[in-house]
Amino acid sequence: MSEMFRDKVEIDLTVNGEAVQARVPAGQHAVDFLRQELGLTGAHASCEHGVCGACTIRVDGETVRGCLTLAAQLDGADIWTVEGLSDTDAIRDLQDAFVARNALQCGFCTPGMLVAVEELLAKGGVPDRAVIREHLSGNYCRCTGYEAIVDAVESVAQKRTGKVTS
Amino acid sequence: MKASVGGYARATDLQHAIKLLDSADGMARVLAGGQSLVAAMNMRLTAGDLLVDISRLSELRGVTDEGDTIRIGALTRHVEVGDNALIKEHAPLLADAVKFIAHATIRNRGTIGGALAHADPAAEFPACVLALGATLQIMGPDGGRTIAVEDFFLGLFETDLEPEEVLMAITIPKAEAGERQVLQEVTRRSGDYALAGLCLVKRQAGHRLTMLSVGEQPELATGAMAMLDAGNIDGAVAALRAEIDPSSDTNASASYRRHIAGVLLRRAVDQMTGDVR
Repeated sequence: MSEMFRDKVEIDLTVNGEAVQARVPAGQHAVDFLRQELGLTGAHASCEHGVCGACTIRVDGETVRGCLTLAAQLDGADIWTVEGLSDTDAIRDLQDAFVARNALQCGFCTPGMLVAVEELLAKGGVPDRAVIREHLSGNYCRCTGYEAIVDAVESVAQKRTGKVTS
Repeated sequence: MKASVGGYARATDLQHAIKLLDSADGMARVLAGGQSLVAAMNMRLTAGDLLVDISRLSELRGVTDEGDTIRIGALTRHVEVGDNALIKEHAPLLADAVKFIAHATIRNRGTIGGALAHADPAAEFPACVLALGATLQIMGPDGGRTIAVEDFFLGLFETDLEPEEVLMAITIPKAEAGERQVLQEVTRRSGDYALAGLCLVKRQAGHRLTMLSVGEQPELATGAMAMLDAGNIDGAVAALRAEIDPSSDTNASASYRRHIAGVLLRRAVDQMTGDVR
């Protein structure tokens, strides 16, 4: 009965602009595929049940949880990780702002945080601090207390829209 | 932890999905957005499932106007429910509920059909569709059937769906002129499961009231509804607190949840009458 079900699945996808073909175990998480098969260790595997946000990646233009998505589901998808967003300088200003504002300490949450923030900033405008906090409510940081992260996000939004005062 | 999966198959159309489910002797599980199922697999609450991935089935997507009702495809994602113009106009309760569901990244992937089939008593959509009096469309090996939402939820994570059936769509009656739909809930942090939540719909035919996180499944609070129809708010609060059966856990005691239920009902009534506290 189960010959129609596979324990290994062929996938054909794009990761950070490069074509990738792979044969993945049926239950492998997207984040483990990226980390273990492709060596892209930016997205972190942490809580593994969708609570902490450290595994946040971009799939077809939207953020997803790398631990709640199976690699088998990524056939045909366009994936971007923090490595790709860094190498293309797409989030250079955001990364600089995180450093300038001390928006990280241990750095474990930062890759997921950056990918999640970029999704909010891509909508344009300067979001209210409450909106920034709400958007990042699914990304845990145990070091900063979030205030510096919100500062960094707000400052980048202001700079990108030309509404900067300092 | 890592998920333990027995196998994976990607359905190419609805009939293929049903054939896959039918072939698996009850071991199959439908994978849609995966935001509850994969988490459950990761925590080994379920293991060895044969996954039928229906996420590519375009016939299960989208929202359509059907005259007196709107039809919401089962694979319509939370973020789409929140942004959809037809839902905002004709079933605003569902659009309002979206901001209470988890976080933006989860809402990008989770689906309304998945939330209903999962039947988590702490989830918003099951309580909402019960308050709205929806009809569910289901496809199985012997063809399609429809079921009233009142008959769909059977218990904790349990529905009327058979193992080889797929939930296709949800049909919601359009809000009448002057109809009000309100969702109130209490959470410790944004995106957490509600300690308790309440959906209240006011129509010409009367009130419909459901709650989340206060029992094993969403149920109509018929005692409170009758009191509201009679205009007796205090009576409705007392009836509601008497007819729900919340449990105690590390987040809240049963008596606290019962207290919150009454507070939420007063807030919902105030919101409907414009006297927002």
